[in-house]
Amino acid sequence: MTTTEHGTEPAADAYAAERDTTEGRVYTVTGGDWDELVASVDPVNEERLIVNLGPQHPSTHGVLRLVCELEGETVRSVRPIVGYLHTGIEKNLEYRNWTQGTTFVTRADYLAPIFNETGYCLAVEKLLGVQAPRRAEVIRVIMMELNRISSHLVALATTGMELGALSMMIYGFRDREKILDIFEAVCGLRMNMAYVRPGGVAQDIPGEAVTMIRDFVDYMPKGLDDYEGLLTGNAIWQERTQGVGYLDVSGCLALGVTGPVLRSAGLPWDLRKTMPYSGYEEYDFEVPTHNGADAWARYLLRLEEIRESLKIIAQGLDKLEPGPVMVEDKKIAWPAQLALGGDGMGNSLNHIRHIMSQSMEALIHHFKLVTEGFRVPAGQVYTAIEAPRGELGIHAVSDGGTRPFRIHMREPSFVNLQAIPALAEGGLLADVIAGGASLDPVMGGCDR
Amino acid sequence: MSENNEVQPVGTERPKGLFGVTGTGDTSGFGGLVRAVPAPAEILSTPEPLGGYFDEIVGALKDLLGEDVARAVVVDRGELTIHIAPDRTAEVCKTMRDDESLRFEFCSSVSGVDYPERANRLHVVYHLTSMTYRRNVRLETAVGLDHPVVQSVTAVYPTADWQEREAYDMFGVVFEGHPHLTRILMPDDWEGHPQRKDYPLGGIAVEYKGAHIPPPDERRAYK
Repeated sequence: MTTTEHGTEPAADAYAAERDTTEGRVYTVTGGDWDELVASVDPVNEERLIVNLGPQHPSTHGVLRLVCELEGETVRSVRPIVGYLHTGIEKNLEYRNWTQGTTFVTRADYLAPIFNETGYCLAVEKLLGVQAPRRAEVIRVIMMELNRISSHLVALATTGMELGALSMMIYGFRDREKILDIFEAVCGLRMNMAYVRPGGVAQDIPGEAVTMIRDFVDYMPKGLDDYEGLLTGNAIWQERTQGVGYLDVSGCLALGVTGPVLRSAGLPWDLRKTMPYSGYEEYDFEVPTHNGADAWARYLLRLEEIRESLKIIAQGLDKLEPGPVMVEDKKIAWPAQLALGGDGMGNSLNHIRHIMSQSMEALIHHFKLVTEGFRVPAGQVYTAIEAPRGELGIHAVSDGGTRPFRIHMREPSFVNLQAIPALAEGGLLADVIAGGASLDPVMGGCDR
Repeated sequence: MSENNEVQPVGTERPKGLFGVTGTGDTSGFGGLVRAVPAPAEILSTPEPLGGYFDEIVGALKDLLGEDVARAVVVDRGELTIHIAPDRTAEVCKTMRDDESLRFEFCSSVSGVDYPERANRLHVVYHLTSMTYRRNVRLETAVGLDHPVVQSVTAVYPTADWQEREAYDMFGVVFEGHPHLTRILMPDDWEGHPQRKDYPLGGIAVEYKGAHIPPPDERRAYK
């Protein structure tokens, strides 16, 4: 510490220094020994310690800020603060046409892009009164279930990382990579694909990708056995998760918590079963539940859900029959056809030839549909799908124009995060991390 | 480019169209057609019977809370919307949740919509789900800018807490009885409510290396 004419200043400290405020003494901890810090706190006069986790703390699962009030190591209150990743997706949607909307919603929950796109497109299709062709629906289901697996793998990986099981992080991301490779083979992008479009999907699924999916379905069960071998019997893993982050069914329903967290409390509420969409009623699968209602139950449940998703994918592949992947109505269907050319994926050369040298009307049609877009009859709809984190609802309002009048995303991450105080208060500080990780929030989705 | 430093939106500098066309540039004649604005001042009810379980829900609600509870009942695209008064939301939600024939245990979503053409322009929309009967219903209420107060439903559905804060943040709807109605997604000291229709997207003109970039809502667009 050096003293200058302005008072006491820290010597070249990149972070905020210790200082006294009216609320008490403020410390900034960026590493070092916790015991040393605790020793400097007067245990008699400063019983309650306020610890600010985040927003850039690796264990808060994204840019989430948690203000915890501690008594010793016991959490007396937690206040989650969100909004750091707010990008105005809903507002932006109102300035683009309905088709462009998919490229925005896909970026909300970036671990589950296919779900955002499908939820949005189902809402637009309901407003339009059209239904995607069967092949497109089957492709959507396959892609959604692959996406569910990849999202759950990240949930397992990051939970592992946050609880110190670093091997799980490596394995989880390794296997997720296989799914991202499949996505790349299907539509050229690994994330934020804008693959699902109002009326169907952007392009047909190539045969090569089908082979990759079959290989993955054969490969993944062994991976799951490995995770179970690694974690389920592990005493540390059990100690860190069992009885931690408890939230029962009535708590879940009151706080609006859905998805694996609700099912881990014993209620088999899964929109794929209870309010089917996209033809889910044709698939044979179970809705796993557990009665632990804790982080351990959620871990086991996610593994079970991956196994069920694999079953659905296998059935989906059998249902893939040749056919169109976009509605027949040329006033809605995207005019350009994508094809693999010498310089990568792009507009089909046949289509370019057609509009540029054969048909003026086709060119006008292409231009109008791409620049202006199609009109959607006025009204409002709400569609809900079962995303990896729970109910993803899209409230879409149209005023009859070529752009959405209002889109609201009911994001499961946003709603579920309200449960953090209920999960964590009264427990230990370390259990805030385990409980929060078991909710599996994605801040991109939460803040939109 | 103009000499002065005043920022002008692209497209407004020279109000002439392609090939020197003035006016709308419409040569087809269809530009003269005027569409009725599909936002009537009064919301028209769907005539009964509504079909399906909708009659049951509306009937039960009217039996319990009186005929005047529903200002309008609309069925569109297989979805039921009940328009209610802004000072009765909590009462209606409590009945919807607790009555045996309704049992809407779960509040899926709360969202705001701004209809600038209407007198009561700020709408708040609640999507309720009955897990018992596997039914959905939408409750909608509307308030004007002069008194944008809606009764909070957080006491009935605690999940509405953050969602009402979001509606307050984005639309400026004040939820009476909410335990701590503060901004949630925007910074605490933000001015204005970004998702109102009169709030511009971006809203800031940018100058970068001599090029003027207008705010996004003033850029050239095909409409």
